[in-house]
Amino acid sequence: MRRVVITGMGAVTPIGNSVEEFQKALFAGKNGIDLITKFDVSESKYKVAGEVKNLDAAAVLGKPFVRKTDTFTQFAVIAANEAMTQSGLNANPEKGETNIDSERMGVCLGSGIGGVETLCADHQNLLEKGARKVSPHFVPKMIYNIAAGNIAIQFKANGPCTAVSTACATGATAVGEGYRNILHGYADVMICGGSEAGITPLTIAGFGNCQALTDNPDPETACRPFDKNRNGFVMAEGAGVMVLEEYEHAKQRGAKIIAEVCGYGSTCDAHHVTAPDPEATYVAKAFLQAVPEEMRETLDYSKVYINAHGTSTPLNDKTETTALKKAFGENAKKLHISSSKSMTGHMLGATGTVEAIAAVLALVNDTVPPTIHYKEADPECDLDYTPNQAVKTPVELAMSSNLGFGGHNAVLAFRKI
Amino acid sequence: MEVQEKIIELLAEATDTEASEINADTAFADLGIDSLDLTEMAMQLEEEFGIELEMKPEINTVGKLTEVVEALRG
Repeated sequence: MRRVVITGMGAVTPIGNSVEEFQKALFAGKNGIDLITKFDVSESKYKVAGEVKNLDAAAVLGKPFVRKTDTFTQFAVIAANEAMTQSGLNANPEKGETNIDSERMGVCLGSGIGGVETLCADHQNLLEKGARKVSPHFVPKMIYNIAAGNIAIQFKANGPCTAVSTACATGATAVGEGYRNILHGYADVMICGGSEAGITPLTIAGFGNCQALTDNPDPETACRPFDKNRNGFVMAEGAGVMVLEEYEHAKQRGAKIIAEVCGYGSTCDAHHVTAPDPEATYVAKAFLQAVPEEMRETLDYSKVYINAHGTSTPLNDKTETTALKKAFGENAKKLHISSSKSMTGHMLGATGTVEAIAAVLALVNDTVPPTIHYKEADPECDLDYTPNQAVKTPVELAMSSNLGFGGHNAVLAFRKI
Repeated sequence: MEVQEKIIELLAEATDTEASEINADTAFADLGIDSLDLTEMAMQLEEEFGIELEMKPEINTVGKLTEVVEALRG
């Protein structure tokens, strides 16, 4: 049986533009949510977001690349650079000695929306100046698979290259599907992740009108997962990338192994386009699928960390609590749970990978990151959400769950190796 | 020279190259730009000089493009 390990990670988030920065902020409980600066929100009902800060993409990627790519691709490539550098993998003979066959390296990286900033800008060109003024770069900048395509080009990955989209579960589904590609022998290395740069007047209006966003303008209370007074999510942006590698392949080349990907659960509510099924049957199933079979009987649940989807919407947080109780029964009370969205906001398609990285960091550091902004307990959310302070405690199994519009549920599981 | 200067300015920006390294003999292929970049540059030249420009494979150097644009401007 093949096993899959992580040999590289990269992150661009509202609380840090590298895994090192992200980790420091994650355990310190730093808030990355603030007033929107990308456009004027004086007339908007929704005023806060988790924006990526202090990132000069042109300085990192070069001006020509930045001109021809949407922000979501730039975030993805920056995170992939970090992850690939850490992994020490090279498939390109032009860049020195290779240590992976390019045909055995693939990409699985998605986005919830894709290049919506580009879509809005070029649509305006069409309306104001006519069809002749729509940029020839418009389509290859905007389509949501293009971050995956650009990463394949950058690192000469000639193996399977796909972009998955399961809305807010995208980043988790991408890692899970990449994991299966290695597990079932289609590749030895997969560059997996999610990316999103969708903070635009159009998307804020759309998510707002479908009653998903909070109208709370205070950055210090807007996103409060599992708190009784939560009333919607806060939109954010960023990217997360994980380099997954077949265990023996990683061992043979002497790679530094971060952790093992030991489970993936994937189900669909098949219930409603935006609302989760209140019974949470299939979220619970996804959790159970992700727990490795050999661990099920003996698992000490007080050593399990769950990085919850925890969006801070009334329905999500209640449903996820129900799902954990349904999946793990009385043991659910022993679980360490938290929502890192309390710090980052909701990075939509990127969130699943960034939160998987948070789960791995919790595992390898035996430290559970907090749910910040938590003040008042909700009787319907009555588990241990690690309020406001990180907790140093042994972690044996770390899981990350994400639920997307469309009813998509994805749960990833990681353990030490 | 006005047209050629504009073309060089646009190419320098698109490829992050020093303008002094580009001249009439510079082939677009040597700058590592593709047909999408050239189409975009054509659109910028249309706007700048009030012309309608159709890029063709044989317009492959700065000098040839300059001649075409100057002819269109009349």
